[in-house]
Amino acid sequence: MMRVSLKGLAARPIRAVLTALAIVLGVAMVSGSFVVTDTITKAFDTIFTSTYRNTDAVVSAKKIVDYSNSGNGTVSPALLARIRALPDVKGAAGSIIDLNNDTTNTKLIDRDGKAIDSNGNPTFGFGVDPSQPQFNPMHLVAGSWASGRHEVVIDSNTAKKHDFEVGDFIDAAAKGPKERFQISGIAKYGDVDTLGGATIAVFTIPTAQQLLKLSGFTAISVAAKSGVSTPKLVRELQGIAPGNVQVKTADEQAKADKKDVATFLSFIRGFLLGFGGIALFVGAFVIFNTLSITVAQRTRELATLRTLGASRRQVLRLVLLESLALGLLASAIGIGAGIGLARGLTALFDAMGLTLPQSSPVYATRTFVISLLLGVLVTVFAGLWPAVRATRVPPIAAVREGAVLERRKRLGPIAGVVLFAVAMTLIAYATLGGHLGSGKGLLALAGGTLIGLLGVAGFAPALVTSLAKVVGFPARTFGGPAGQLASSNAVRNPARTASTAAALMIGLALVSFVAVLGKGLHGSVNRALHEQVSADWVVSSKNGWSAFTAAAGAAAEKTPGITHSTSIRSDRGRIADANATVNGVDPKTVAGLYNFTWKEGSDATLAKLEGNGALVKKSFANKHDLHVGDAVTLRTPSGKPIHLNVVGVFQPPRLYELLGGVVISKETFDRNFARPGNQLTLIDGNVSREALQRSLASFPDTKIETEDEFVTSQSSWISTMTNLLYVLLALSVIVSLFGMVNTLVLSVFERTRELGMLRAVGLTRRQARRMVRHESVITALIGAALGLPLGILLAASVTHAVGKYGLSFSFPYVSIAAFTITAIIAGILAAVAPARRASRLDVLSALQYE
Amino acid sequence: MSATAIHAEPVAEDSAPVAEPVASAESIVRRYGEGDTCVEALRGVSIDVAEGRLTAIMGPSGSGKSTLMHILAGLDRPTSGSVQLDGVEITDLSDKKLTMLRREKIGFVFQFFNLLPMLTAEENIVLPLSIAGEKPDREWLDSLLKTFGLDDRRSHRPAQLSGGQQQRVALARALVTRPRVVFADEPTGNLDSASSSEVLSLLRRSVDEYGQTIVMVTHDPRAAALADRILFIADGRIVKDISESTAVEVLAAMQEVTSR
Repeated sequence: MMRVSLKGLAARPIRAVLTALAIVLGVAMVSGSFVVTDTITKAFDTIFTSTYRNTDAVVSAKKIVDYSNSGNGTVSPALLARIRALPDVKGAAGSIIDLNNDTTNTKLIDRDGKAIDSNGNPTFGFGVDPSQPQFNPMHLVAGSWASGRHEVVIDSNTAKKHDFEVGDFIDAAAKGPKERFQISGIAKYGDVDTLGGATIAVFTIPTAQQLLKLSGFTAISVAAKSGVSTPKLVRELQGIAPGNVQVKTADEQAKADKKDVATFLSFIRGFLLGFGGIALFVGAFVIFNTLSITVAQRTRELATLRTLGASRRQVLRLVLLESLALGLLASAIGIGAGIGLARGLTALFDAMGLTLPQSSPVYATRTFVISLLLGVLVTVFAGLWPAVRATRVPPIAAVREGAVLERRKRLGPIAGVVLFAVAMTLIAYATLGGHLGSGKGLLALAGGTLIGLLGVAGFAPALVTSLAKVVGFPARTFGGPAGQLASSNAVRNPARTASTAAALMIGLALVSFVAVLGKGLHGSVNRALHEQVSADWVVSSKNGWSAFTAAAGAAAEKTPGITHSTSIRSDRGRIADANATVNGVDPKTVAGLYNFTWKEGSDATLAKLEGNGALVKKSFANKHDLHVGDAVTLRTPSGKPIHLNVVGVFQPPRLYELLGGVVISKETFDRNFARPGNQLTLIDGNVSREALQRSLASFPDTKIETEDEFVTSQSSWISTMTNLLYVLLALSVIVSLFGMVNTLVLSVFERTRELGMLRAVGLTRRQARRMVRHESVITALIGAALGLPLGILLAASVTHAVGKYGLSFSFPYVSIAAFTITAIIAGILAAVAPARRASRLDVLSALQYE
Repeated sequence: MSATAIHAEPVAEDSAPVAEPVASAESIVRRYGEGDTCVEALRGVSIDVAEGRLTAIMGPSGSGKSTLMHILAGLDRPTSGSVQLDGVEITDLSDKKLTMLRREKIGFVFQFFNLLPMLTAEENIVLPLSIAGEKPDREWLDSLLKTFGLDDRRSHRPAQLSGGQQQRVALARALVTRPRVVFADEPTGNLDSASSSEVLSLLRRSVDEYGQTIVMVTHDPRAAALADRILFIADGRIVKDISESTAVEVLAAMQEVTSR
């Protein structure tokens, strides 16, 4: 029996491969996602581990605030001297290296005067002590370490890409205006070729401190004498460390350093795996459909086996074994393809501006096991129902000409409607019920979507006939006899057409969901930005979201012709246990350029900011029970407390807040926050772009935009994201395309005799081709007619749910039209091979076909 | 070569009357559909199939001859009446028991051969044994292959065989388990006359040399002429029951039946 099963597959290799392809892509996506994220994780591991090579313990300032743009506190040189004096310490070195924060943000300038920061990749400026080479994570490739105030070492990748050599001059800018340095050497970080697309400039420690406006070190690396255990060393260090300083083993420190990256990577992994899951889900439909058709076509063969004494269980096993073999085949190919896809994904992220560090590819056992299991399980699961149907073939079908499987009660549509109702309830719970923010809500939404798609697939057969009437109209009207035949062929087996269309429906539902949300988000974000900012010119950092040095803002504001300008400082701080964005505004100038939406107070309240006044955001105030008149203590990233009084409450548009939780006066900000940076500098006046550019010539990490340009570039990530999602969802659409090809090939095969008859009575080859093509397009359009409204409906309910954040619904006419055209093209593409096959049938042998 | 010539060969000695019939049917009625669309395919048919004999069932299209065979073979259930196969009442057997019955006691030969296209001739022949999880008896298999002239066709696939050869493979497949009875449904219906003769002579030899009981539905008078007994069916009833006739006699009987 096993032989029957395997030989059956082997006898139709093309069909087997076509069927398997439906799963191959999903498995490839899963294994590719693992390979990519494992590889990046390994690269980051190498980076973070090499930061502390030859180090037993790391001494650094305690972290007070997350995501500060002025960086953590530092440790003092005096502490370094005391550490070196400890009897068990073999050596210690202070360094300025921070891979997480903007603390070390330093732009290198290329030969054309532009900052080297393609795609917003990090730009590091480090300070290392060349006299302690054992602790230095960088190693020289050429030249020597920087020794004076005007020397720099740059990373080999940047040197190579921008054609810099030892002895050349290069401009660099950190917290002040750009300065000229001579390149004394070229170096690599750890054992990796590149830190993603990051650039690194390495200075002497005093130069780095001056450029970055830091006192002390970001960390001190300590090595123990031989025979001294790490815990003992840590204890001794803790004994002399002041309260705001922490001591960790090198391993602990590396782990803490990579925590953010690890979180980010696991998000990326989940994100990519999600798309693999969607592709597998679509693949399951295709497998289900293909196996259902082949089982129907093999009715006589299965019945013959039954007459020869095969039991139902044996027939079940026969068909399941086929799915198992298909699943194994598909998974094996898929894992191989995934390794190739991993490269494609890296390129995709590159194109999206996310260059990640690379190492040699990592192939974990887990990658293979999970991919294989998923591929096989999905295939076998999808083959379960066709296998059960196969057992219902009665033995007498072996002798009856054209025996068709008797349909039992049609449970599909009813089950479909029930599933759809369940799905709608779940989605309504998540969206209308306002639970969307919670994990439960998201789960309900995702689950609802999944069940909803299954539901629609369930009752789709009932809709196919009427849908085909609508979407088949052009074919019937303009397609001549071929179009009319195609239109009726499409509804001949509604269940088959429905599940073929359902596979395409899933992909189209998801892309239209993305399109609607993307367009709504885009419009709403733009509106939110225009509501907040009204300025002729906006100065921001190159990437648009980090802070830029306050000196740059001051320089811009001095441009002649300016009538009104203001700078908005930004950093993070802590109130009690809560992190909050802190902005410093100039109470005299901010009004009119930045518009506050007042909940308590008015623009007149701004005057009360002078001294220790503070505005709090409404949602932050609610969450932490703050009211006008309350006294609060805000801590800066270095731990310095600021005592403030709440004088007003405001609420920026929640969808896109330019100002954050706490707003204080610029003066208070500058007095308390080290290295103040600007979020924005807003300018009104009769001043040209060129004039502003001249003022900012020394500050490469800035850009000047009109309000409209600023709004466009601030919301550009939405289109980037939408495009990324389209690319990843395209995978599912391709899978459903295979499904359409499969169904058509099988239908043509099934109708061989009929086609022969049609050709015999005068249907031309061209008409035969056209007939298959029209049928394919009709099926694709049914998929679109089911999928697009579903996606729009889903997006509308999500929009409704987050409406209070200012998201509004916007119908993407152009995208929806584009998707419909895509569906038509998909239909035409899917029909190419089957149509050719149909047109090449030899009339005589087709008629004799048994 | 005529059917009569084959018939002239000596009949096996066990053609003597047998006590117990291998299969028997008692007052079989089979109705399809309900109400106005109700069709009565069999209207009370009773027959006994004797062991070691070739029984032919003849009749015009729509006479109910195929239905009768399907019911005798347990492929279809009668609306009323009783069917016994090898002493077992099969009309109310479960699917499982019927499967075992087919596996152990019944062989089938079909009009369209019903070979599995991906298996070789030999694999097709031993398929019933594979299904039952049994090893083929090499000697028996070799003798079948030799008798059926398939010795040099063992590893050919059905597509590489002529119609006659395919039907011979099918016949060998039906015999390989040494079933109590073989049901042949229009075994020559899809063959040219030369191939028909070959297959018919093999059917005859199976009865004569191996003592195989065979029930054959046919409307080919030459085929029926080879039978030990011929039952004529018309309009769901047995209208004539003759034994050992020539093709000409069969044809005459057939015309008589049809013109009634």
